[in-house]
Amino acid sequence: MNLLSGLFNSSLGKKFLMALTGVALVMFVVVHMVGNLQFFLGREVLNHYAHVLKSNPEILWPSRIGLLSCVIIHITMAIWLTIENRTKRLTGYAVQDAGAASLASRTMIYSGTIIGAFIVYHLLHYTVLLQSINLTGRDFSVFRDVHGQPDVYRMMIIGFSNSAVSGFYLLGVGLLCFHLSHGIWAMLQTLGLVNETYRTTIERASVIGAGLLFIGYASIPVTILTGLVK
Amino acid sequence: MNVTLKVWRQEGPETPGKFVRYAAQNLSPNMSFLEMLDTVNETITKSGEEPIAFDHDCREGICGMCSCIINGEPHGPEKKVATCQTYLRSFKDGETITIEPFRAKAFPLIKDLIVNRSAFDRIIQAGGFVSTSAGSAPDGNAIPVPKQHTDAAMDAAACIGCGACVAACKNASAMLFVSAKVSHLNLLPQGQTEKERRVLGMVEQMDQEGFGACTVTGSCEAVCPKGISLNFIAKMNRDYFGALLRGSPKATVESV
Ligand code: HEM
Ligand code: FES
Repeated sequence: MNLLSGLFNSSLGKKFLMALTGVALVMFVVVHMVGNLQFFLGREVLNHYAHVLKSNPEILWPSRIGLLSCVIIHITMAIWLTIENRTKRLTGYAVQDAGAASLASRTMIYSGTIIGAFIVYHLLHYTVLLQSINLTGRDFSVFRDVHGQPDVYRMMIIGFSNSAVSGFYLLGVGLLCFHLSHGIWAMLQTLGLVNETYRTTIERASVIGAGLLFIGYASIPVTILTGLVK
Repeated sequence: MNVTLKVWRQEGPETPGKFVRYAAQNLSPNMSFLEMLDTVNETITKSGEEPIAFDHDCREGICGMCSCIINGEPHGPEKKVATCQTYLRSFKDGETITIEPFRAKAFPLIKDLIVNRSAFDRIIQAGGFVSTSAGSAPDGNAIPVPKQHTDAAMDAAACIGCGACVAACKNASAMLFVSAKVSHLNLLPQGQTEKERRVLGMVEQMDQEGFGACTVTGSCEAVCPKGISLNFIAKMNRDYFGALLRGSPKATVESV
């Protein structure tokens, strides 16, 4: 059987595409968090990092296109599989026992959909710098630091000082981490990387990893909202 | 002890079904679940009505015929046992017990609690065998097999094909069954020559039969009367993608 037809025409193939794109997305989510955490090292460091990222369009754009393709493939396969899966039991049970299935594993499509909406908002907010949706009435695109570079540090502080915006951000990253608490281990299982020896470690690492990601992401808006950094 | 049964009754595939209540009285807690159904059926038959149709054969947990969803769980409340090895002592006196058939598009209902599980047989026919004559039992150690492989193959071979995994899965996925059957042969030397055709063929048949995909919820493993592990699904995924990458021919029954 041919690889491409096998990937798109079988249930395992669709799962495999979802897991492979999941790997890329998880790696991005980790790197993005580490990048963001430079907020705590101050304006100079964070703005320099942002400047480095944006000053190489020949790296920036391929990365953006690659990531976007991953998101699109992941979502397409997720919706395709979910629709197919829903047709596999025509009559439901009168008494339903969720049994061993965790809440996260049963709600992947819902957490995923809200993450999708959050990704769109987040890009318009801090990448496209659409003024009307940042709810602060300020234009982030004119913020400049002493070197004349975009002042990302100031943008974060002003952006997150709005509690509705921070609230949606916390919901978004919260659901992302909830998605990943099951997603990371499911992904490794789909890729066939789980075995008896590592199973328990992988399941726990998935939950702990997702928890650490949440702490990392949430720390920034929480610090700003509580006024610890001004 | 006394219990009330709420049983799914359905004349045939085309007729609508409904739950019917039966009082089951003066039961011994050490009766098996199926013996209890026998007793209830005797009463029903004496009253001139049609007894409850349910699947069973060995009644010792090895054939995989018995099924039923008991209070929302395939094979009832106890872990790692089939319905036939479930005893009334696992229930409370006076309890109402809901009994439903396994529900899955790929397991069409025949009557009452009986569903047609032939889809599993067709998956086996798509690769769950070795084509060479296995002959008589080989001399000990004539074919070297690592101990961990024989152990794992034995664990996989414990699958009795009852379909509880499908019944429990929110997607009605047969991945646990198929992975056990694939792994059982793919782990052993005799299964190697057809390893890739086997996994491709059985997965294709599984999809065609109308089973869902795996979301790794683990509900199948939790209800499996033989404790088949999700690790076999990971192994099957490995075998499947290895076969896809190498472009192996698929195993339809004709091409074997
Ligand atoms: C934007 C919308 C998203 C949707 C609709 C979505 C949906 C899903 C669904 C439904 C599953 C379960 C797969 C199944 O049922 O078999 C899943 C798995 C997964 N998702 Fe997402 N997701 C989204 C975004 C993301 C993002 C942004 C990430 C990464 C950071 C991610 C990472 C994963 C991973 C790693 C898996 C496990 C793959 C596997 O089961 O093999 N998802 N996703
Ligand atoms: S009747 Fe054979 S396993 Fe239950």
